[in-house]
Amino acid sequence: MAQVGVIDRLSQSLKSIGYWVDVRFPIGKMWREHMAEYYAPKNFNFWYYFGSLALVVLVLQIVTGIFLTMNYKPSAADAFASVEYIMRDVPWGWLIRYMHAVGASFFFITVYLHMFRGLMYGSYRRPRELVWILGMFIYLALMAEAFMGYLLPWGQMSYWGAQVIVSLFGAIPVIGDGLSEWIRGDYYISDITLNRFFSFHVIAVPLILLALVVMHILALHEVGSLNPDGVEIKKKKGPDGIPLDGIPFHPYYTVKDIVGVAVFAMAFCAIVFFAPEFFGMFLEHANFEPADPLKTPDHIAPVWYFTPFYAILRAIPNKLGGVVLMGMAIVMLFLLPWLDRSPVRSIRYKGLIFKIALTIFAISFVMLGYLGLQPATPTFVMFARVCTFLYFGFFIFMPFYSRWDKTKPVPDRVTFHHE
Amino acid sequence: MNRLAWFLIFALAAPGVLASGGEGGLMLSAHNDVGNISSLQRGARNFVNYCLGCHSAKFVRYNRVARDLGITESDLAENLMWTAEKPHETMQVAMPAADSTRWFGRVPPDMSLIARSRGVDWLYTYLKSFYVDEGATFGSNNIVLPGLTMPNVLWQLEGTKEAIVEETVDHDGNKHDTIVGFRALTAGTMSEEEFDHFVTDLVNFLDYMGEPMQLKRQSLGIRVIAYLLVFFLLALALKKEFWKDVH
Repeated sequence: MAQVGVIDRLSQSLKSIGYWVDVRFPIGKMWREHMAEYYAPKNFNFWYYFGSLALVVLVLQIVTGIFLTMNYKPSAADAFASVEYIMRDVPWGWLIRYMHAVGASFFFITVYLHMFRGLMYGSYRRPRELVWILGMFIYLALMAEAFMGYLLPWGQMSYWGAQVIVSLFGAIPVIGDGLSEWIRGDYYISDITLNRFFSFHVIAVPLILLALVVMHILALHEVGSLNPDGVEIKKKKGPDGIPLDGIPFHPYYTVKDIVGVAVFAMAFCAIVFFAPEFFGMFLEHANFEPADPLKTPDHIAPVWYFTPFYAILRAIPNKLGGVVLMGMAIVMLFLLPWLDRSPVRSIRYKGLIFKIALTIFAISFVMLGYLGLQPATPTFVMFARVCTFLYFGFFIFMPFYSRWDKTKPVPDRVTFHHE
Repeated sequence: MNRLAWFLIFALAAPGVLASGGEGGLMLSAHNDVGNISSLQRGARNFVNYCLGCHSAKFVRYNRVARDLGITESDLAENLMWTAEKPHETMQVAMPAADSTRWFGRVPPDMSLIARSRGVDWLYTYLKSFYVDEGATFGSNNIVLPGLTMPNVLWQLEGTKEAIVEETVDHDGNKHDTIVGFRALTAGTMSEEEFDHFVTDLVNFLDYMGEPMQLKRQSLGIRVIAYLLVFFLLALALKKEFWKDVH
């Protein structure tokens, strides 16, 4: 009997602490708005795991990054050796480092699949334009984060990759050379560049990234999640004001996303523990050689997640033209909400033309990624030009084909089959 | 492996290696096994005896090697620790950098990560591809690293061999002198098979040095994934339980 009394008193005091906080900080309100009373469509499919997974990878990168920073030395003289020190002498350092390096690639895998989900189901369409645009800014910040992080191990590919990318700014007329010098802080990639990239990588860009992620989620929760049918669940509400096809994010999607996290963690660990270099794709072989400013490697290729854009760059014989087109490849994605003129959102109700266009787009993107890893032989460059045309064609012709496309009628409610 | 087989392998492999300029062409396979501790012990011995005179392994600690390879501290001090006073020191070379630059034109590269940057197959092929070349700085040349400034330090073990050169014509009709195989000149102290084991053990040790934790990594990985599998099944059961009331 005495024990029950203790538990009662304990839960009573916890409740009063909760109440004390709640009148001073909207913790309960936030929980309800974004978790317990955020109504998400009940028909999310496989493709809807990647948003929460990208968030998991973000946390993973921040936590592993904090521990790496404890032993990493951001100087040209010590950087390479400090990474090897982490790999060999720091307890569990190898695991932290592999998780961070593989995590970078998995961040892009999840983000690319998350974006492709958006393309398929029209997640960017009105009124979710800002959700999409904030997401695109996250993608840009992520690219900056990955690019600057890649310099830090100070290997040959770190060094020469940074050299190539920073020199691209030199293609801009008039201010180009000054601009790339300003970015490097030196006439070439040096200790100074490494220091500032470290600063950007560990604090400036992560802050921007976190702020953007919060805005991305806030904007999403303001307009509500779309779903594979592209149907607005808010249009059909019950007498209680709750969408008929909506279910509370917590507990339904928290328990569902945990399943996704478990599968994801298995794939992630399979690579971390059995193929951390992933055949030279995640950790390039040349990067196990310390940076040597006097020795240019035979073959410089960025890490796989940049290669589609790198292939577009090399497809154009003119350097400035290549840089502009590479930038346009990203700009096109930003414009997507206004290029799609289809009366329906989801691929489920779009016609054959869109399905073919999206397939060609996906294939050309993957092909460009492959071609960007290969040496720029005349045959490969020709293929890259074809793929570049197809990549841009998807966007440029979208206002036309999306209107001509024969669509199917969209149902009133979402389609949901209980397993 | 007898000489004929060896000759045939090179007859097939060499043109491919040469045609690609020594990068990414046909390679011999090292077939080393980092799980083979006795091979790693022999490889460590080969490394300190034949390589460490010039090539450092500055990220590798003697006592870590001893611990991972099951070598006692006294064996370590007597047989491996030529260049250090204390077991926790790393594998450095005694040769001053200024001297090696004067003698070889550069400081011999550090070997800690060579297996990760070059790959084990490359190292294995390299160590077996030295041939006599009077025009070369140290009297020998190498198929996968032409014009190298490293002498053939293993010649006493392997013996010497010369390249068989034939004139070939490429797609554009240009003529090239191509190495199509090797011919033995003098015998070494080791048989073909003994030398092959020597090189395999050495490459195996280089592989281990590149990533000393690789064996533990894999055995830990199996346990982690087994745990995650259980976690996945529990998570799936939880999800199914909750989703029963979604219609």
